[in-house]
Amino acid sequence: MIIVTCPNCGARNVSEFRFGGELTQRPAPDAMARESWVDYLYMRTNVLGVQREWWYHDACGSWFIAERHTKTHKVLKTYSYEAEA
Amino acid sequence: MTQLIRQGMNGRHSLKRMWHDHDLKDSYDVVIVGGGVHGLSTAYYLAKNHDITNVAVLEKRYIGGGNSGRNTTIIRSNYLTPEGVAFYDESVKLYENLSLDLDYNVLFSQRGHLTLAHTDAAMRTMRWRAEVNQLQGVDSTVVYPDDLARMCPQLNLRDDVRYPILGALYHAPGGIVRHNPVVWGYARGADQRGVHIHQNTEVTGIETENGKVTAVQTTRGRIKTGIVVNQTAGFCTLISDMVGVRLPITSHQLQACVTEALKPFLDIVIVSGSLHSYVSQADRGELVMGAEIDPYTSYSYDSTLGFMESLCQNILELLPFLSRVKILRQWAGVCDMTPDFSPIMGFTPVDGFLVDVGWGTYGFKAGPVSGKRMAELIATQKTPDLIAPFRLSRFEEGKLVGEKGAASVGH
Repeated sequence: MIIVTCPNCGARNVSEFRFGGELTQRPAPDAMARESWVDYLYMRTNVLGVQREWWYHDACGSWFIAERHTKTHKVLKTYSYEAEA
Repeated sequence: MTQLIRQGMNGRHSLKRMWHDHDLKDSYDVVIVGGGVHGLSTAYYLAKNHDITNVAVLEKRYIGGGNSGRNTTIIRSNYLTPEGVAFYDESVKLYENLSLDLDYNVLFSQRGHLTLAHTDAAMRTMRWRAEVNQLQGVDSTVVYPDDLARMCPQLNLRDDVRYPILGALYHAPGGIVRHNPVVWGYARGADQRGVHIHQNTEVTGIETENGKVTAVQTTRGRIKTGIVVNQTAGFCTLISDMVGVRLPITSHQLQACVTEALKPFLDIVIVSGSLHSYVSQADRGELVMGAEIDPYTSYSYDSTLGFMESLCQNILELLPFLSRVKILRQWAGVCDMTPDFSPIMGFTPVDGFLVDVGWGTYGFKAGPVSGKRMAELIATQKTPDLIAPFRLSRFEEGKLVGEKGAASVGH
C-alpha cells in the first residue's frame, strides 16, 4: 500500500489522492519558441528513480508536490508548491 | 503418432532448440533493442521480406518476458480513428495467417469481441465506432440487450445494478491468441534466417557521431551499427535518453490476473470501458482478466491489492456467478502511454535511431503489423503510408491521432 502524506492532513492511503503528473516548467506566456511549448505540452522526462510530481488530495482539495520513487513507489517527501518556491 | 509413442517411451524427443545462443559480433547492420513480439517480428520480416539478416535482437532478460508475456492477448481492430482501424485491421489479417506463416500454431481463436456500453454516451460512441469500422470494411455492429442475452447468456443483464448494460459493440473477428507461441514462432523464424537473438544482454549506452548512430554498448560488449531500433515498451524512455531523444511518454503499470481453471463456458471476449475491465476464457480454462492502467507513473512489476479489489468488484457486476472462483495469480506490466493513445513509429532527429514505442495498452495486438512495417521502413528508409500518422514529429506539428478506442479508456 502506498502512503502519501498530505501537507495539510497528514499520512493517508493513496486511494484518497489523485496523481497530477511530473513537475514541469511552463514557458513564459510570451515565449514564442515552438520547441519550448511542444516540450512543455507533450514531452516527459519519465524518470526511473525519484520523481517530483503533482498530487491532489480529494479530502481537502489541495495540490502539492511529492518526491516519489517510480519503481519502489515509496513517497520520500511531500510539500506545498509555495514551500518549494 | 508412432513417433510420439516411441519418443514418449524412451524419454527422448526430437524437438530441436528453436533459437540459438551466439557470441556477440563486432558489428551488425541493424540492432533491435527489446526481444518482445515487436522486436522479434521486425527481425523476422527484415530477414524474410527484405533479405536483411545481419541483425541482432538484444533482450535484457529473456524473450517474451516483458509485456509480450504480460498482456491479456486480445486481438481486435474495432478502433475509432480511420488511421487506427486501418492499422489494426492489417494486424488482425496477419494474425489470421500467422500459424501458417510461422509454421507454429499460435492458437488464434476468433471467438468474437463485445465492448459493453453502460451509458447513453457510451452507446453513442459504439455507434460511431461501428460506422467508422464498417466504412473501412471491418466487421463491427451495435447489439442490444436482447441480442446479448442470446450471444452471451452469462452476462448479468439486470437493470438494478450500478451500471446496467444498454448494449454493446460486437466485433466478430476479434479474439484471443496464445502469447508464447507468437513470440517463439517469430524468434524461431528469425533465427532460422540468420538473425542473432541475444538474451541477458542489456543495452547500457548508444554512441553517436555528428548526429548519427555509430555503436551500441551492452553488458556483453560493444557493437558497431548504423541502425538502432528502440522497441522496449515501458522502458523506452531510458533507451531514448541515451541518444537525447525526448519522448512524450509516461510509464504506467497495467495489472492483470487469472482465475483457477474452469470448464469452458465463455466463448466470447467481454470488455467494459465504464467498468475498466475485460475478461476472456483461455484455452486452459482460466479466466484472464485485466483493468485499466494505474493512475500514477511507475516502472514496477509489483501488483497491488487495490487493483484486485476493484477489478473483482467490476467483474462480479458483469458475471456475478464467479463470486466463489479463486484467483490463481496476478501480475503487472509497464505500459508506455502517449498523450493521444496512439503509438510512435519511425524516424527521430538522430540519424539511425528509430522508435517503435508508445504502445501503451495495445501493443501485443499490433505486433505482427508493427514488425512488418518497421522492417519495410528500415529496408527502404521511407516511412510506409500505413504508419506515417504515427510519426514522432506529429506532436510538433499538432497532428495528434486521438485514439479513444484504446483499451479500457473511458469515453
